[in-house]
Amino acid sequence: MTVAVVQFGGSNCDRDTVQALRHLGFDAHLVWHEDGLPDRTAGVVLPGGFSYGDYLRAGAMAAQSPIMDEVRTAAAAGTPVLGICNGAQIGCESSLTPGAFTTNESARFQCERVHVRVENADTPWTRAYDEGEVLELPIAHGEGRYEIADDRLDALEDADRVLFRYCDAEGTVTDDANPNGSKHNVAGVTGEDPHVAVLMPHPERVTLPDVGITDGQGVLQGFRA
Amino acid sequence: MTAYTATVTVRLKRGVLDPEAETTQRALERLGFELGDLRSADVFEVDLEADDADGARERADEMAERLLANPTIHDYDVAVEEA
Repeated sequence: MTVAVVQFGGSNCDRDTVQALRHLGFDAHLVWHEDGLPDRTAGVVLPGGFSYGDYLRAGAMAAQSPIMDEVRTAAAAGTPVLGICNGAQIGCESSLTPGAFTTNESARFQCERVHVRVENADTPWTRAYDEGEVLELPIAHGEGRYEIADDRLDALEDADRVLFRYCDAEGTVTDDANPNGSKHNVAGVTGEDPHVAVLMPHPERVTLPDVGITDGQGVLQGFRA
Repeated sequence: MTAYTATVTVRLKRGVLDPEAETTQRALERLGFELGDLRSADVFEVDLEADDADGARERADEMAERLLANPTIHDYDVAVEEA
């Protein structure tokens, strides 16, 4: 089985993600978007970066790549798909997941460590954690503010589709702990099925023990069959 | 076929925060301007050929729906005139 890490023009977390997945024992490969998904694809990562220079809106151009039709088909057939940062923006732009990630409330690019609380531990991406557990993850984005109509957000919350919320170190969800103005502090959501998910923080940057804490490993373990 | 220019204006929906507009507004105020509110929008001018204005508008509408706007956060309008 292969986890395909899809490279678009301007992806820049693709190699880190492959390295992190391989560290966890996955057979992970870079896949150039024009080459399409390999036959043996058993998982897909849409990695972080600045695909197509964030032209129009972050993720809008990559969402139009033909490989995204293949990703949607694979997702519908049960293949796990994870969008990280720019990959999360691509996921929302291509309707794999609801809502949109748009300009930070600060109107600035923010690169910092944040805390997130596990909201639903009953998904492939969070089953390594306990509900309510607090993780320390890095963010690096200018367009990470989660926006969605209030009634749709209510429906998402009712269906337990919020994966993570920004919180303080104790796990309390507060405005001060919200780095980008996301509605209800949402940091990550699932698609209609929990095996499709997106998040703005970077789990692959906190997976290798050589570079520090490893709070992100559990997210990538979601590709474990 | 007639040549048209379709002007597609994409705006954030009312109520969606616009940090870039707020920053621009503050900069104008620092320059000494008095102003009420400031909103930003993206404008796309699309030259195309169609049988009639309705045909041109329909195609520009679809462009807005599928790419130029994100319906989750944007409203848009389309104006068509002969080029």
